[in-house]
Amino acid sequence: MGVWIMAGITFREAARKKILWTALLAGAAFLLVFGIGLRFQVGDFRNSSVPPFLRYQVISAMLMIGLYTVDLLAVVMTTLTSVDTISGEISSGTIHAIATKPLPRWQILVGKWLGFVAMSGVYVALMFGGTIAEGYYLGGVLAERPLQGGLLVFLECIVALTVTFMFGTWFSTLTSGVVTLGLLGVAFLGGWLEQMSGFTEGSRLAMVGIVSSLIMPSEAIWRRAAFEMESPLSGSLQFSPFADISIPSNAMVVYACLYLLVALGIAVYHFGERDL
Amino acid sequence: MRDLTLTVSHGEIFGFLGPNGAGKSTSIKMLLGLARPTSGEALVMGAPPGDVEVRRKIGFLPENFRFYEWLTPPELLHLHGRLCGVSSDTLASRVPALIDLVGLTPHIDKRLQNFSKGMLQRIGLAQALVHEPDVIFLDEPTSGLDPLGRRMVRDIIRAQRERGATVFLNSHILSEIEITCDQVVFIREGEVVTSRDMRAQQEEAVRVEVRARKLSPVCIAGLAQWGDSAQVDEERLTLTARSREVLPDLLRYLVETGAEVYQFTPQKMSLEELFLNIMGEDRGF
Repeated sequence: MGVWIMAGITFREAARKKILWTALLAGAAFLLVFGIGLRFQVGDFRNSSVPPFLRYQVISAMLMIGLYTVDLLAVVMTTLTSVDTISGEISSGTIHAIATKPLPRWQILVGKWLGFVAMSGVYVALMFGGTIAEGYYLGGVLAERPLQGGLLVFLECIVALTVTFMFGTWFSTLTSGVVTLGLLGVAFLGGWLEQMSGFTEGSRLAMVGIVSSLIMPSEAIWRRAAFEMESPLSGSLQFSPFADISIPSNAMVVYACLYLLVALGIAVYHFGERDL
Repeated sequence: MRDLTLTVSHGEIFGFLGPNGAGKSTSIKMLLGLARPTSGEALVMGAPPGDVEVRRKIGFLPENFRFYEWLTPPELLHLHGRLCGVSSDTLASRVPALIDLVGLTPHIDKRLQNFSKGMLQRIGLAQALVHEPDVIFLDEPTSGLDPLGRRMVRDIIRAQRERGATVFLNSHILSEIEITCDQVVFIREGEVVTSRDMRAQQEEAVRVEVRARKLSPVCIAGLAQWGDSAQVDEERLTLTARSREVLPDLLRYLVETGAEVYQFTPQKMSLEELFLNIMGEDRGF
């Protein structure tokens, strides 16, 4: 019961943050620009001699670029909205009025986590659904497996959220934000390095990428999501965030789920043990 | 904290006093399970601090009460009531009554972001009472309040005692403690210095004001055997006697050493004077 009360109040709290509305505005602007771009491109194709097959692949590539933007927006928005919910409430003393209520501390943390999971889910559904819908209705292209792709992007957001929560039980708001964004940066770089290793089949470079993905699997989840959604030609675009040179396996997705659970477990344990 | 040993009896208003940094808030946090002692033991209603079932019977007003600023007073009280397991039906009648009790009915539709510090203290007090707890911890409940607000808090605290609740009160406002509490404990550097039963008739120390002529240096030098803090200003002598019991002997001593006493007035020592006596005036209170 306490978990759901905390989840509800946290969802409402998160929904009032300016960063969420800023991200939604940015998302709306993105959908507008993306829709206009798609419409112009389709119009230009009508007056050109580009073969239909190639037209389809170009619009597919545009759709993947749009989905990648949504992915970045969703992960950054999830991290920034949740970064002060634990550390900020501890430092301000807001947590004292809740932590003395008759509910175990784990329910407070998990309830807050669920609230942000729900908020992140709504954001991903709106943005991802909007982009997919624009691709279909304006560009005539449907992502290959949009549900799998959307769920993987959602999983990536939850991983970033959980890591933010975990650091929030240790560090100040600023420090946990910097550490989480730093880890996302490591994952981003590692993903590119792993793809580059595909050209030369260089195992050392691939290892750097794999280790980066093990440290923070967010980018690996995106690459798997891209693989699920992209058309074969889009996947063959080299040096892009959705190239299929190096595709994370199912094991990496399972690892990301375990990573998430372990991070949540550490957050629950440390929040339960620390002084408030 | 070190060697902090104290007992709070059921149904009393307990005052917890000490200078800044003495460990008052830390002690409350330990009793509420917000912080863990490195050693030692505490029991609240017979259970360890932090026990979920015990917390169902505890109310707490933090020193600087803060909560989500977009809530209105009824929303905040409903939330805290639900977290304490109070039914919606009960809250429907109790919440307006509590808001009225703390004087916030005119502001019932305002969001907390528009509240002053005193108003936040009031709604914080209401959330501490929303589940009618058996033990109430109040950390500086009147620090942001005007005189009317302080009186309101005093009346609420007394009403809680009448209801049978135990109140653990941490306050810097000694006059409030003096007229509200049944028992007070003074702590310094994490240790209990002394305690005082405010209901007791016999004072532990009594301030005496004497007006007398011919107070000789020999007489004044010998005053230390009856008490301390003796001050002489021409014909006016003030002294803190160790107890009420020594007063006849002190008067006899003054007369026998040649003083012509024409006024001898024992005074009840205020809590503030007692506090300064115990802590010293330069301890940063």
